[in-house]
Amino acid sequence: MSFLLGRLNAQAFPIHEPILVATFVVVAIGGLIGLAAISHLRLWGILWRGWITTIDHKRIGIMYMILGLVMLLRGFADALMMRWQQAVAFGGAQGFLPAHHYDQIFTAHGVIMIFFMAMPFITGLMNFVVPLQIGARDVAFPFLNNFSFWATAMGAALVMVSLFVGEFARTGWLAYPPLSGIAYSPDVGVDYYIWALQIAGVGTLLSGVNLIATIVKLRAPGMTMMRMPIFTWTALCTNVLIVAAFPILTVTLALLSLDRYVGTNFFTNDGGGNPMMYINLIWIWGHPEVYILILPIFGVFSEVTATFSGKRLFGYTSMVYATVVITILSYLVWLHHFFTMGSGASVNSFFGITTMIISIPTGAKMFNWLFTLYRGRIRFELPMLWTLAFMLTFVIGGMTGVLLAVPPADFVLHNSLFLVAHFHNVIIGGVVFGVFAGISYWFPKAFGFRLEPFWGKMSFWFWVIGFYLAFMPLYVLGLMGVTRRLRHFEDPSLQLWFVIAAIGAVLILLGILCFLIQIAVSIRRREALRDRSGDPWGGRTLEWSTASPPPDYNFAFTPVVHDNDAWWDMKQRGFVRPVSGFNAIQMPRNTGAGFILATLCGVFGFAMIWHIWWLAVLAFLTVLSAAIFHTFNYQRDFQIPASEVEHVEHGRTRLLGSEA
Amino acid sequence: MGRIRFTVSLPFIAMLCACHSVVLNPSGDVAQQQRDLLIYSTVLMLIVIVPVMVMTVLFAWRFRESNSAARYEPDWDHSIHLELLIWAAPLLIIIGLGGLTWVGTHLLDPYRSLSRIKAGESMPSARAELQVEAVALDWKWLFIYPQFGIATVNELAAPVDRPIDFRITASSVMNSLFIPTLAGQIYAMPGMETRLHAVANEAGDFEGFSANYSGAGFSGMHFVFRVLADADFERWVARQRTDGGELGRSVYLRLEQPSENAPAQAFATVDPGLYRAILNRCVEAGKPCIDEMIAMGAASER
Repeated sequence: MSFLLGRLNAQAFPIHEPILVATFVVVAIGGLIGLAAISHLRLWGILWRGWITTIDHKRIGIMYMILGLVMLLRGFADALMMRWQQAVAFGGAQGFLPAHHYDQIFTAHGVIMIFFMAMPFITGLMNFVVPLQIGARDVAFPFLNNFSFWATAMGAALVMVSLFVGEFARTGWLAYPPLSGIAYSPDVGVDYYIWALQIAGVGTLLSGVNLIATIVKLRAPGMTMMRMPIFTWTALCTNVLIVAAFPILTVTLALLSLDRYVGTNFFTNDGGGNPMMYINLIWIWGHPEVYILILPIFGVFSEVTATFSGKRLFGYTSMVYATVVITILSYLVWLHHFFTMGSGASVNSFFGITTMIISIPTGAKMFNWLFTLYRGRIRFELPMLWTLAFMLTFVIGGMTGVLLAVPPADFVLHNSLFLVAHFHNVIIGGVVFGVFAGISYWFPKAFGFRLEPFWGKMSFWFWVIGFYLAFMPLYVLGLMGVTRRLRHFEDPSLQLWFVIAAIGAVLILLGILCFLIQIAVSIRRREALRDRSGDPWGGRTLEWSTASPPPDYNFAFTPVVHDNDAWWDMKQRGFVRPVSGFNAIQMPRNTGAGFILATLCGVFGFAMIWHIWWLAVLAFLTVLSAAIFHTFNYQRDFQIPASEVEHVEHGRTRLLGSEA
Repeated sequence: MGRIRFTVSLPFIAMLCACHSVVLNPSGDVAQQQRDLLIYSTVLMLIVIVPVMVMTVLFAWRFRESNSAARYEPDWDHSIHLELLIWAAPLLIIIGLGGLTWVGTHLLDPYRSLSRIKAGESMPSARAELQVEAVALDWKWLFIYPQFGIATVNELAAPVDRPIDFRITASSVMNSLFIPTLAGQIYAMPGMETRLHAVANEAGDFEGFSANYSGAGFSGMHFVFRVLADADFERWVARQRTDGGELGRSVYLRLEQPSENAPAQAFATVDPGLYRAILNRCVEAGKPCIDEMIAMGAASER
C-alpha cells in the first residue's frame, strides 16, 4: 500500500490471462487507429465542438445510442464466452474459463446489459424523441443533459477499465452481501461495481429529473396530458420511476461502501448487520428498474403499431391508465425476487398476487396493440416486423413471469435457468426488440436517410431465430433442475441443450453483425435512401413534421396541438408549412463543463477503487469547485438570427419542392 | 408461420421432456404438488395467451396492406365492449390464479409440518419426523442428524415415506438448499435459520445442490440425496458411526475453511451444541453468541 498509488501495483495488470491480453491488444490497436484517423482527418475540433460539448438533445440522444451499441458488443462478447464455457465444461472437461474469470464474466454481463446497454438505449430514445414529440426546442435543462450523458459514459468507462486494471466483481450483477462484503470480496472488483454504478446512477437520476421537467413544462400549446403521444406518456412514467427508484440504489450502494471502506456493519454477518436488508433494498430499486426499461419500449411499440397500421392507436385512454397502473404497482412486488428467503406464506402470497395483478394492465396493452392492427392497413417495414416478433415473444415471457410469481412454483424454479430464460425472454423479446424497432423507426429522423431494409431483415431473422434457439433450451434446462451461474456440469445429458443454446448465441452474433453491416451499407447508400420529406413513414406525431434531420432549433414555429396524433391531424386539416415571417431563436450554448465534471467524477471513482486517497480528495474537491465555478457562467444562451432560420427553412422548402 | 407453430407448441415439447425433467417429474410429495401448481397455472394462462398469439398472426396477415379486401377504418380507436373485454379477460384469469396462489402458498409453506405422506395417505401420528440440520459451508454441505448424533458432508440420507424437518443455516455467505426431487428450495443464510418440511416417497439416489451462487467453488457444491428403505437407513446410520470421526468445534473450524468439490465424509459423533453455535456465529472460542447478545440486550432494556 503506497501513498502515491494506493493498492495499485504491478499485480493489478492481468498479463498472465491470455484472453485479456489479446483483448487488450485488439482494443489498443483499434483505439490507436481511431485516434490516428481522427487526427489525420482533423476531426478533433468537430468532435469537441459538435459532440462532446453539445447540449443539443438530439446529439446527446445519438451519443447515448452509440454508447448502448458499444456496450452491447462488450456485454455480448461476455455472453458468447459464457455460452461457450457451458457448452463444453462437462465431466472431465473444465472448459476454458477458470472460476475467477467466469464469475467476473457473468457479473459484468448482467451489469453491462442492464446499466450500460439497455439504460443508454432507452435514455437515448427518450432524449432524442421526447422534445420533438412535444414540440419543444430542447430539454428543460440542456447542460444537465450533457453532464448526465457523460456521467453514464464514465460509469461505463470504469467497467471497461476493470478489464485491464484489476478485476471486476465476482458476485452476480446485484452484488448480494455477505459475498460482496469486504470479508469475502476483499479485492477491487466490488469497488469497481460500486463506483461505476454510483457515477452512472447520478447521470440517470439527473436525466430523469430533466425529462420530467421537459414533459411537464415544455409541451406545445394545446398538448394537454391526454393529448400527449403515447411514447411521451411512457417516457414520463419511466422518468418518474427513475427519480423515485434510483436514490434507493444510491443509498444501498453507499451503505455497502461504508461497510467496505470504514467498517460499518449494515450488511455484514456480525456486529448486528443484516445482509438480507440489502437484498430487500436493492430489489425495491431493482423491480421498478425493469419497468423503467420496458415502459418506454411499450411506447415505441405503440407508435410503431399505429403508424404502420395507418390507424389511430386503439384505446389510447386505457393505454395511458395501464401505463400509470404499472408505474404504481411496480413498487409493490419487489419481494417476488426472493420468496425463498423464508417469509411467511401470507407475505409471499401478497407479493405473488400483486405481481400477477401487473399482468392485467400489461395484458390490456397487448390487446390494444392487437386491436390497433385490426382494420388497419399494415405495412411490414422493419419496425413493424420487430413489433410483431415482440408481441409473439413477449407473451411467452409474460406467462413464465407470472408462473414464477406463484411462490410454490418459484421454489422449484428460482435461480434456475428457467428464470434466466424468463428474463431474457422479456428483456430481449421486449427491450432489445423494441430498441431495434425504435432505431429503425427514428433513424431517418436522426440522420436524414432510412436504414437499408435487406440487411435489417437479415439482422431481424437472425436475432429472432437466434433468440428462440438460445433461450428455449434454457427453459427446458430449468425444468430439468439446472441452476444458474454454474461453470461446470456433471450430467452429460444436459450438454445437448447447452450446445443448442450456444448455436442460438452464434445466430444472435450474426444478427448483430448484420445490424452493423446494415448501418455501414446505409451510410454508403445514403443518397438513395435519403428522406427529403421529413415524414418517411406517414407518421402521426410532431417529430415527423420537422426536417430529417431536424434543424438545431427543431421547430421554427412552435406548433399548436388540437388532437392527439397532432401531425396526423395537421395533415388531415391540410396544414400549410409557413415559409416566411421567421424570428430569431434563443438557444442554449455548448459547454465543456459537463464532460469535465464527469471526467473528474471518473477520476474520483478510480481513486476510491484503488484507495489512492490524495487523488480522491483532490478530484472530489475539484468536482465541487468546478461545479460551483460553472454556476457563474452567465453566457449560457445565444441567438440564432432570423436570417439564418430563414436560410435553413428555405433550404427545406426547396427540398420539399424537389420531392414533389 | 412455422416459427409461430413452434413457439405455441413449446410448453408441450417441454412436457414431453418430462421424463428427464426432475421438476416436472419429481418423486417427493411436496415437489409433486408444486409441479401440479405449475401446470395448473400454465394451463390457466394459456387460455388467454394462445388466443392472443393466434389473433396477432391472424390480424397481421388479414390486414396486410396488399389485402384490399380487408376493411380499413383509420379512425376506429375505441369500443367500450372491447375495452371491457380486454380488461376483464386478464382480470378473471388473475382472480383464478390469485386464489390458487393464496391456497397453494399456504398449503405448501415450507415452515408448515406435513399433513400427509403422499396423496391419499395421511400422516400416522407414530411416524416421527427425521430431524436434519443443514449448514452451507464454503463450498460443501454439512448435515447433522441430532436424533442419531451423527453428521455427514455432501451426502444426505433419509428413509422412504418419513417426513423430514430441515433446519437450515450457513457459515459464511448465502446459499440455497435445493433437492429438486424432494421439494422446492430455501435460502441458507449465515446467522439465520430457515425451515423446510418434506418427504421422500421413492427409494434411490437423487441430486441436491446449492441454488444460489456463493463464490469460486459454487459449481462443485452438490451432494447425493439417498432415499433408503427403513432397514437400509438403519444400516446407513450404523456405517456412519463406524466409519466416521468426531465432529468437535476444532474439527468444524477446519472443515469450514473453503474447499472445492469436497468428497462425501462421515462423522460418528457431533458436539451437541455445534449447530446452535454455528447458527449464532460463536463456534470460535470467546466469540459472543448472537442469541445471548440479543437476550442480554433485551434484559438491559427492561
